[in-house]
Amino acid sequence: MVILETVHLGREVDTKKLVNDISIQVERGETLSIVGPSGAGKSSFLRLLNRLDEPTTGTLLLNGTDYKTISPRDLRRRIGMVLQAPYLFPGTVADNLRFGPLQQGKELEDTRLRHLLTQVGLDGYADRDISRLSGGEAQRVSLARTLANSPEVLLLDEPTSALDRTAEGEVEKLLGEIIAAEGLTCLIITHNPAQALRLSKRSMLLEAGQLVKIGPVEEIVHA
Amino acid sequence: MLNEFFKDQLWLGVAQAAVTVVLAVAVTLVGRWWKIHLEKEVGIALVRGIVQIVIVALVLVVLLKGPELVAVPVLIGMIITASVIAGRRVKGIAGSIWVSFYGIGFGAGLVILLMVLVGVIDAALTSVIPVGSMLIANSMNTCAQALERFASDLRSHTGQVEAGLALGAAPDECVKPYTQSAVHSSLIPRIDQLSSLGIVWIPGLMSGMLVAGADPVYAAVYQFAVITMMFASSGLTSVVSVLLVQRRVFSPAQQLLLRPGNSVPSVKKGRAA
Repeated sequence: MVILETVHLGREVDTKKLVNDISIQVERGETLSIVGPSGAGKSSFLRLLNRLDEPTTGTLLLNGTDYKTISPRDLRRRIGMVLQAPYLFPGTVADNLRFGPLQQGKELEDTRLRHLLTQVGLDGYADRDISRLSGGEAQRVSLARTLANSPEVLLLDEPTSALDRTAEGEVEKLLGEIIAAEGLTCLIITHNPAQALRLSKRSMLLEAGQLVKIGPVEEIVHA
Repeated sequence: MLNEFFKDQLWLGVAQAAVTVVLAVAVTLVGRWWKIHLEKEVGIALVRGIVQIVIVALVLVVLLKGPELVAVPVLIGMIITASVIAGRRVKGIAGSIWVSFYGIGFGAGLVILLMVLVGVIDAALTSVIPVGSMLIANSMNTCAQALERFASDLRSHTGQVEAGLALGAAPDECVKPYTQSAVHSSLIPRIDQLSSLGIVWIPGLMSGMLVAGADPVYAAVYQFAVITMMFASSGLTSVVSVLLVQRRVFSPAQQLLLRPGNSVPSVKKGRAA
């Protein structure tokens, strides 16, 4: 069943086509990797999916509903995004996890908070100040913070690119486990073909804002 | 020393101004030596300053003999000019002059009106115009500082703001730390003015009142009242300006428009939900 669909989606800024006429379908529970050279429009494409930027052509359908009929805040909650850098808010780990639900007027229950921290391998970190976290720990908090919103689709913009090799491996392993356990639909940008192979079954290749190819990950990364 | 050479008051004034201009030019040249190029800006400001103040002095001589209502267009004119000056200081936010106009107009305008009504500011032109101009000038500085701080904080915290948006937060919630910081930092000079009053700073108004033979305690207390009014009008200006400007940095679809190197809304055909 298709959960996310883009129809001729594009974004043009100052006559430059950052994303050009991309039409794809993503199945519920699927992980789709997005690969391509720097400046190919991978991040620009992802930012259109949760409306951090505005499409200038085409549309996006979430469960068959046009994005324009969903409020931007609701769309962003339902299509969660983990950015390249964690960008945590000042305060404790728990403060960060509670932020998303609080925006909808909901309280994140302690049991759910503990479960999320367990999922990202940070048991007992709830009261830790974010200034005392390592890069890998901060990115894991960022992931848990997005999961606290219970998104239907998870967008990951090179979530391990700013980490050292050890932390990269840890976060990637966690991602794989969480995606599988929760049955999450996930779109992940990666510059690492091996990571694309490990995390996804299908991949899309972007170049100069255009979709060059979409298909089994082996075909894309070995092309 | 100058008054030994210039017996005529007008020429003495010209000589005094010339000496201060030499001083300002020297400071500007020191800046140039440090590769801080203020020559053009300082040059224009010096010329504008002397021309404006002389014209205003001549106009005031005529206006101060007119009816009290003359104060209204004069003060509105000052607010408009202050808005243009403060708004131009802020680069990259469309409509910043309007934001400054509403901010200064609300902050200084409201305080002047209220204080005239309760009798803190005498309605006489000789009182309401000089005191009003002080409030407007302080509001102008506060407005420029608040807007500049907000814009620069936002440009350097794009990631945090977008992280908040990506979690479904409202734009005003995402920029709250920067609106608070902009208001706070813009008011620090006004708070310093209050706390240093009489110790490191004896304002001209009080000196003038003393020279004119006013009771020293009354002159001092009134000076305190004027500085307190400056704080109040600056505070209102700062809050209103920042509240208004935070709406302009987001698109109707709640996307952050003000990013490093990006000064205007860049979406060609953006649509809101």
